[in-house]
Amino acid sequence: MSLAELICPAGTPAALRTAVDAGADAVYCGFQDATNARNFPGLNFTPEELAASVAYAHDKGTKVLLALNTYPPAGKVDLWRQAADTGARLGVDAFIVADMGVADYIARTHPGIRLHLSVQAAASSPEAIRYYCENFGVKRVVLPRILTIPEIRQIKREIPCEIETFIFGNHGLMVEGRCSLTNYLTGQSTNMDGVCSPASEVDYARHADGSMSSQLAGFTIDCFGAEEKAGYPTICKGRYTAPHRPDGYYAFEEPISLNLSRLLPELIEAGVHAFKIEGRQRSKSYVRGVVRAFRAAVDDIKAGREAKIADLIALTEGQKQTQGAFETKKWR
Amino acid sequence: MTESSPVTFFPARLPGSGLASRLACLAVQPILLRVVRRIAARHPSIFARLGPHQTTDFLIDPVELPFALHLRPDPAAPILRAVPRDKAPRAGATIRGRFLLLLELVDAEEDGDAAFFSRDLEVTGDTEAVVRLRNALDDVDGSIAEETAAMFGAPGRAVLARLRRAYANDMHRR
Amino acid sequence: MAVKDMTKLTLGPIAYHWSAEARRDFYARIADEAPVDEVYLGEVICSKRAPFHEADLPATIERLERAGKTVIVSTLAEVMLKRERKATGDLAAMDAPEIEVNNAAGLYARGRRAHRIGPFLNAYNEATIAWMAGQGATHVCLPAELPGPAIAVAAQAARDLRLGVEVQVFGRAPLAVSARCYHARAHGRTKDNCQFVCENDADGMPLRTTDDRPILRVNGIQTQSECYVDLLPETERLVADGVTHLRLMPQAVDMVAVARVFRATLDRTLSVAEADVRLAALCGDTGLSNGFYHGTAGYRRIAMASAG
Repeated sequence: MSLAELICPAGTPAALRTAVDAGADAVYCGFQDATNARNFPGLNFTPEELAASVAYAHDKGTKVLLALNTYPPAGKVDLWRQAADTGARLGVDAFIVADMGVADYIARTHPGIRLHLSVQAAASSPEAIRYYCENFGVKRVVLPRILTIPEIRQIKREIPCEIETFIFGNHGLMVEGRCSLTNYLTGQSTNMDGVCSPASEVDYARHADGSMSSQLAGFTIDCFGAEEKAGYPTICKGRYTAPHRPDGYYAFEEPISLNLSRLLPELIEAGVHAFKIEGRQRSKSYVRGVVRAFRAAVDDIKAGREAKIADLIALTEGQKQTQGAFETKKWR
Repeated sequence: MTESSPVTFFPARLPGSGLASRLACLAVQPILLRVVRRIAARHPSIFARLGPHQTTDFLIDPVELPFALHLRPDPAAPILRAVPRDKAPRAGATIRGRFLLLLELVDAEEDGDAAFFSRDLEVTGDTEAVVRLRNALDDVDGSIAEETAAMFGAPGRAVLARLRRAYANDMHRR
Repeated sequence: MAVKDMTKLTLGPIAYHWSAEARRDFYARIADEAPVDEVYLGEVICSKRAPFHEADLPATIERLERAGKTVIVSTLAEVMLKRERKATGDLAAMDAPEIEVNNAAGLYARGRRAHRIGPFLNAYNEATIAWMAGQGATHVCLPAELPGPAIAVAAQAARDLRLGVEVQVFGRAPLAVSARCYHARAHGRTKDNCQFVCENDADGMPLRTTDDRPILRVNGIQTQSECYVDLLPETERLVADGVTHLRLMPQAVDMVAVARVFRATLDRTLSVAEADVRLAALCGDTGLSNGFYHGTAGYRRIAMASAG
């Protein structure tokens, strides 16, 4: 039975409180280091901040999920183990993991705390999901954003755990946990360091005609005309040329965000247990707006009313939105 | 980085140099110093999130004001001063947009990424410095703008309210 | 030196959609001429391509084994559709030859029976390698982006558990996979209606930045590095650190000659400097890189401080 839990991003303690107050059923967050996949400058929690945040959330009946969803490189595994121990001590409600070694450690050391399988583990078949359930006791899988709703429904029939899907935010194109594009250009790894297009390597240049180009580590990712909406300087949303595409095109995807607000009833019906909102790197303003909108929508659906969906287009990348693979496999 | 060229596409730009600008700077200077000292004293957590960029020089450029703002968020000696655009210091990072948008960003009433996507906000220079400043300010509960306005009592709050209405109307018309 | 003699040269699975005929010719030549010890076969990238060369697989295996090569069949990196689940399950059910698993679905299907861990399974560290060894893994190919010091720790851990340890030393680095086919997208098609347009790019489809700098290669759902990884100068260090197998990825160059250069370097019949000059000549205009190994941007070429 789907409970349609709303799982909301928190990049700072203030954002966490904002999400809780806006009606999150659970918030997810990470420490200020490589143990999570949003290891961005000035973002995330110290252990002291997490302790206070857990108290705030629990006081209001909201769960706290700790993301430990990167892959420790050999020789540095202790940092991830210590993060898990700290999280357990502070009373987090679940760990979100990707690495098998990390999952194994938590399953053995903190068996009383739930394990959720991160999207970074890229488990996209019933067999892969069952592998993690049977070996590490995983209670919930966060599905990659590559499946259609009929495929999700089929998976649900064949797995023993809950399903969480993304419903709003960054529309990752590459299979998460299998992408080294950032490392190829910058020397900082998404999997090992938790970064994606690190700000320290990003440059924006403004030109006389009002256009703006974005560069990552000196490579031109895109150039937006004066009237064009912009996107993140991520490699998978860049414009490139190919031999038969000399004018440049979005080889992977254009700047666009995922928005599944219109598909919520179908997702619930397919057996999705929890809805995830992406955006730990975004502001309190984003968290407030998006969480409120989806709280109202989910409450409407649960009460048997037609959901009134607030317009969130202003918050989307490139000010465009898509239902991606969830709507049609033609997306592939 | 290529050299920044003059902004040509922001509306309602006021002159940011010359005598008028210098006089305007002189008028607001004492206020700004009080503001930044007060914020630094009340929100020490900002500095941890700034990390190595506590000593970075930020140029905050409200396009419709007759001057830009120079910010150095150094906890030991915070600087916030108005500078004529032609006398602006060499900044580590520049943040450019309409004044009220910048104010709403400080207060997390607007989302910085969204303002960037819509091209209402421009960032040049050290992008990490800007991201750290944004995240540091975003972790402040309450409204820095309100706090600042309150320093000047009822007249201060009235000015802020008027600015916000003007901004909201303007955004509505666009 | 005993350790050096034990080092095996392997040929990874063909990442591209080469025609059945091209594959037959390629493996015939590998069998007859290439000084590689082990050869990985099978379709790793796109399940739609598999039917084109599946029928030849038994004959290719037989041909290579007759030439004294060990053959391993690799499974798909991405498993989502029914046909992908079935293909993975079918391979996992085989007794021989060995299999290399590239997706957790394959691990599930294989259970505790012996298998190799492929580069797409994210064996980044000693804890994960120990877990995998406990589940029947006999061999692990480390992720392409793992830097040298981590390779050393991982290799030692794997050796302690009696696992073989493999590192890619030549060819385009695998950088990402997706559910979307970028070859089809480039030609205005969808994955289901791709008409196998990827067959035209034997070494991947080049992408350049809009200011004309080469950056990436598209191979169906996979994105690869523009540069070929070249760890020739690092082979001695890798072997000293416990790496047992060095992987060459098939590119559209003379792979027999590439294998000979690496073999000669391992045998010390060719100096590293001379070998690198020959390798560069074989690779034409394609840049060579070793940035990942040195913990910097993958596309970079770091000059080796004299090997220890």
